[in-house]
Amino acid sequence: MFVTDKILPELPAPQNTKGIVHWLKVNLFSGPVNTILTLFGLFLLYKIVPPAVQWVITDATWVAETRDTCRGEGKGACWAYIINRFDQVMYGFYPADERWRPNVAGIFLVLLAIPLFIEKTPKKAWLAGFILVIYPIIAYFLIRGGSFGLVPVDTNKWGGLMLTLIISFAGIVTALPLGVILALGRRSTMPIVKSFSIIFIEFWRGVPLITVLFMASVMLPLFLPEGTDFDKLARAMIGITLFQAAYIAEVVRGGLQAIPKGQYEAASAMGLSYWKSMALVILPQALTLVIPGLVNTFIALFKDTTLVLIIGLFDVLAVVEKVLSADAAWLGFHTEGLVFSAFVFWIFCFAMSRYSMSLERKLDTGHKR
Amino acid sequence: MRKSLFLGLATAAIFSTTAQAGTLEDVKKAGFVKCGVSTSLAGFSAADDKGNWKGLDVDVCRGVAAAVLGDATKVKFSPLTAKERFTALQSGEIDILSRNTTWTLTRDASLGLNFAGVNYYDGQGFMVSKKLGIDSTLKLDGAAICIQAGTTTELNLSDYFKANNMKYKAITFDTNDQTIEGFKSGRCDVLTTDQSGLYSLRLKLEDPNSAVVLPEIISKEPLGPVVRQGDDVWFNIVKWTLNAMINAEEMGVTSKNVDEMKKSKDPAIGRLMGGQGEKLKLDDNWSFNIIKQVGNYGESFEANVGAGSPLKIERGVNALWNKGGIMYAPPIR
Repeated sequence: MFVTDKILPELPAPQNTKGIVHWLKVNLFSGPVNTILTLFGLFLLYKIVPPAVQWVITDATWVAETRDTCRGEGKGACWAYIINRFDQVMYGFYPADERWRPNVAGIFLVLLAIPLFIEKTPKKAWLAGFILVIYPIIAYFLIRGGSFGLVPVDTNKWGGLMLTLIISFAGIVTALPLGVILALGRRSTMPIVKSFSIIFIEFWRGVPLITVLFMASVMLPLFLPEGTDFDKLARAMIGITLFQAAYIAEVVRGGLQAIPKGQYEAASAMGLSYWKSMALVILPQALTLVIPGLVNTFIALFKDTTLVLIIGLFDVLAVVEKVLSADAAWLGFHTEGLVFSAFVFWIFCFAMSRYSMSLERKLDTGHKR
Repeated sequence: MRKSLFLGLATAAIFSTTAQAGTLEDVKKAGFVKCGVSTSLAGFSAADDKGNWKGLDVDVCRGVAAAVLGDATKVKFSPLTAKERFTALQSGEIDILSRNTTWTLTRDASLGLNFAGVNYYDGQGFMVSKKLGIDSTLKLDGAAICIQAGTTTELNLSDYFKANNMKYKAITFDTNDQTIEGFKSGRCDVLTTDQSGLYSLRLKLEDPNSAVVLPEIISKEPLGPVVRQGDDVWFNIVKWTLNAMINAEEMGVTSKNVDEMKKSKDPAIGRLMGGQGEKLKLDDNWSFNIIKQVGNYGESFEANVGAGSPLKIERGVNALWNKGGIMYAPPIR
């Protein structure tokens, strides 16, 4: 009989339960079906990844004066096609001498937004309020010009990534409050407010965005007196805002319904008025609950901005797809344009999605155990 | 801002004024011509890297600006999609629509519009791979043809082959860009679309010289500038701007020699150069300004779509009537 009064030293795990071989065996080759799937997957990767990398990076042409430099045997993507006219991809037809204005507006926004991400900033609510209410007005005057000695730049010259960001930012900033009000309205006990909200939401949710944009661009001018120049961009933005507000309203309503009745009653018991109880008790809880849904809507809105092409506004996709590809000296680089815009959109959507995840973690809405 | 917009909308709807007919006065007052162009079509209306619009369609608007305001750069371009173009004109958002628009009876008669002429005679054509050695559409019996689905092109093709007792196999695609991919990959021997489009599609090939555009055209697509009906003064100005450009080519007046030509003793050139402005309610230099700043029709054609451009479209039917084409303008007298 073997007796020891000391704890035996830990033995290393058996050879067949650790190491890379074991991991492979468990995760990739755990049975005949999985083995076949793994091999098939590897084969696909082998078939897709190397040629893609080759096309995008190794064989690509980055600098080219003419189209011929990009063409030829074994040549990959022609990024020169986009790089040569990169300014246009960014700003559309915005005059070159005035491009510092959108730049200033952009940098200003970034500078304003940075403190929001820093934990210790005091009075964040005021800063956020400034960004959402005052900033758009400043940015509008800066980019549009026409006052304070700035040269006016008509909205029909706005374009490229700048336009995409302007439409999405303005859309998010205006659609969110409108959506919250509609959501509250739909849950209201006042019959007129309630039915108005329901009709509004159901109408805008029921029509496709393309129809809304077409109506705004094709039908609306016919109802206006001849010669009335009602800005096309404003028309599109109003359309997009009302459309997205309806979606946001339903997302927010979902959050409102998830708040237990006790919270409403407790707020009333405290003697808070309707608006105070909403602003201090209900909405803070409801909105944090629906962050994933809201971000979903924002991402959809961001991508929907590409539809403004159909009413003749040039967002980043339209510049690449239409303007650049109509240059008779650079025909035939359709694929590069699409790949590039896909990449641009992916960056922004991915950033939004990461931000929402970090927000959820910080506010701990997942109730992780 | 939104609130004020809505209020503005409401007031506008209530105090709707009657249509004003004086486009010419409006343009003079505004100081620029509002011109609707295609969102982008190589050679016809395309923005360069500085954002300046260029092309055959663009030149018509520049010509009108030169005639009315004496400055071809005083144009505000509105890129329009095919669907919104007529509304934009009807609602007064633009003064001229110069957007590769086909002149048809329905459009002319029922949309409240007037076609001011034809600046490009387009029509459906064919492109074949050079190695097939085909030089005429009548030798295309049994060919596989790449075509864009749901267009009149498809119907024209079927009519043409039926009329000539030939067979073909249609391979349809959704967009022109896909059609050229089909042609590239060899799924078809022939590609068909409007001839102006064929030349730009051909340039999308790895080696543009590997394909040839056949000379035959099997449909009529006369493209031209359009104005609102009911404003004859403006209609005349646009019509005669185009006519002046065509007449200038016929008389050999170009943007280079226009200054010397002004002193010419030839009475026809003299009439082109002056004396007619009053009838159009313009000043006497209207045509001189057009030719000086924009050029004659031939110059515009060569620079934008012809030999001087990458598209290299042949003049073909767009040559002057006395040079084998059908481009013909009434005399200026």
